[in-house]
Amino acid sequence: MATVSTDTDSGVLSDADLRWVKRKEVLFHATLFLASVFGVAMLGLLVFDVLFETAVGVLVLGIDVTTFLTSGASRDWERAGFLPAIIGSVWLVLLTLIFSFFLGVSTATYLEEYAPNTRTVRLIEANLTNLAGVPSVVYGLLALGVFVNGLRLGSILLAGSIALALLVVPIVIVASQEALRAVPSGVRDGSLATGATRWQTVRGVVLPAALPGIVTGTILALARAIGETAPLIMVGAVLQARQTPDPFSLFGSMPTMIYYWAFRPITEFHNLAALGILVLLTILVGMYGVAFFVRNRYERRL
Amino acid sequence: MSTDATTDPGPGITGDVAAADQRRDRLIRRVLFGCTSITVLTTIAIFVVLLDNTWGFFFDATFSQWLVRSVTSLTVEGLTQRIAVTEFLFDTEWRPSHADDPRFGIMTLVSATVLITVGAAFVSIPIGTAAALYLSEYASVRTRKYLKPTLEVLAGVPTIVYGFFAVSFVTPVLLRPVLELFGLSIGRNNVLSAMVVVGIMTIPMVASISEDAMRAVPDDLRNGAYALGASKYEVSTSVVLPASISGIFASYILAVSRAIGETMAVTLAAGATPTLTANPLAEVQTMTAYMVTTMRSTAGVGSITYQSLFAVGLVLFLMTLVANLINDYIKRRYREVYR
Repeated sequence: MATVSTDTDSGVLSDADLRWVKRKEVLFHATLFLASVFGVAMLGLLVFDVLFETAVGVLVLGIDVTTFLTSGASRDWERAGFLPAIIGSVWLVLLTLIFSFFLGVSTATYLEEYAPNTRTVRLIEANLTNLAGVPSVVYGLLALGVFVNGLRLGSILLAGSIALALLVVPIVIVASQEALRAVPSGVRDGSLATGATRWQTVRGVVLPAALPGIVTGTILALARAIGETAPLIMVGAVLQARQTPDPFSLFGSMPTMIYYWAFRPITEFHNLAALGILVLLTILVGMYGVAFFVRNRYERRL
Repeated sequence: MSTDATTDPGPGITGDVAAADQRRDRLIRRVLFGCTSITVLTTIAIFVVLLDNTWGFFFDATFSQWLVRSVTSLTVEGLTQRIAVTEFLFDTEWRPSHADDPRFGIMTLVSATVLITVGAAFVSIPIGTAAALYLSEYASVRTRKYLKPTLEVLAGVPTIVYGFFAVSFVTPVLLRPVLELFGLSIGRNNVLSAMVVVGIMTIPMVASISEDAMRAVPDDLRNGAYALGASKYEVSTSVVLPASISGIFASYILAVSRAIGETMAVTLAAGATPTLTANPLAEVQTMTAYMVTTMRSTAGVGSITYQSLFAVGLVLFLMTLVANLINDYIKRRYREVYR
């Protein structure tokens, strides 16, 4: 840490010293650059691996993409498909959106616009950062203990979406808080000065201004939810999704299906998993795209 | 704070309407507070569910069942202990489904989690810190604009995909050929590949948060060092790093906490064989992997296997809780330094 260079201790810098300083500089720069490129390279390898395994599956093994996208799980890899898993994930994300959006935005609004700066409120905020760090599998245990077996709902899709909603609510709250904080206080004061109540100010002025940020944050939170596997397995998701689920039936999802395929020893299923991952990643890229579009298109500086 | 408008409703607003508005405002305030308290309720619910069911792991009934039974019968109902706490904490075997002699020594699972977490830290901490230094001190504005979001994409990839990457690429293509040069063989599931992928997925956490801390270091400090003739290397290592060390440390804790709770990548990469070992080529089972693989075979409610999920979950939750609290503490101190 405190390595003050000894090169300069001789008093006068000679050319040799400077050359060593320069060489060290170049070496250090190169090391740091390589380290930051490492992550990017790994991301590239990961995408390449998924594409390669998919290509092998489709071109060499002859997995039929149409069958894959239109049928359910099967013991034969030739007839196995992803459709119930996709629909399960769509349901999960929709319900997660409903549960987490209002809860998250309401909480953020309370904390930013209403809450006095008391001990209790600070405790609530500290609790929030802690909740964001709870492992996802624990949220699955919570849903398993309370909803699946406590309230005897059984391993239904609704219980899975509650687990996901609880998991992403802290993310929605933090994103919404940031968006609300970015609204200048002059805007609020202007509204309050016209005689509007706090709620009228929040509903009519602050929330509309913060909406793009809130929407972006919510989409990113949902992108997290759609890739979550562990909580769904804990809730009791069906790993081999054969039938199209509804909110009150047993369910599978894209990530749990991928897990099941990747876990099987028969290698053809790994190619199916790669194809499933490709579908999942495509949807994720789409969600990120929408999020950035919303941010760039609608976010105005006030 | 919110009563600014009550004293004078102003022209055109009758007192009645203003009063109704105020009443609505108070109602909304209460509803919003209700939503906020759900977050606190979630934490309480996690604690209660884990503790209640862990009680049911050690005894033949969960705490709530026992309480209800005792209250309804107006006597303190007896409890039969199923597992000794000492066995849970100190036994070196974890074999819950063994027919004759099932053993529940959590150490085996904890050691696997710790092993992978430490290995992942060896990947993510040096690489993440170096990337952060590069982004904050060396990269041009343009490079930074593209490099940082690209690195952050790594954190957005679902962990199940990392698990797939570990078994289909890291182990067979990267690790096996290298290890074979040294005459070592490696199975499909191994600790090393789990370390690598968990390390990769936590790089962006370290890089991103450390970089924020480094950028918060005032330029005056850098300029002072440059004025003394320091090179960029010296400024980076002797000025920026020490000045942002608490923020950097917070990012390490966060990465560790994330690695402890990591589930799917570890389940796929490291396997499902509980082993008490420090051998990075072995197949092990972490706490999270135990939970997921046990749920696969749907354990019946009340059975010792089912209850063990919560006991393991409690240990996992406490470990991440401690990490998060340390992180909180460091972050609060760090904020004070630069305000």
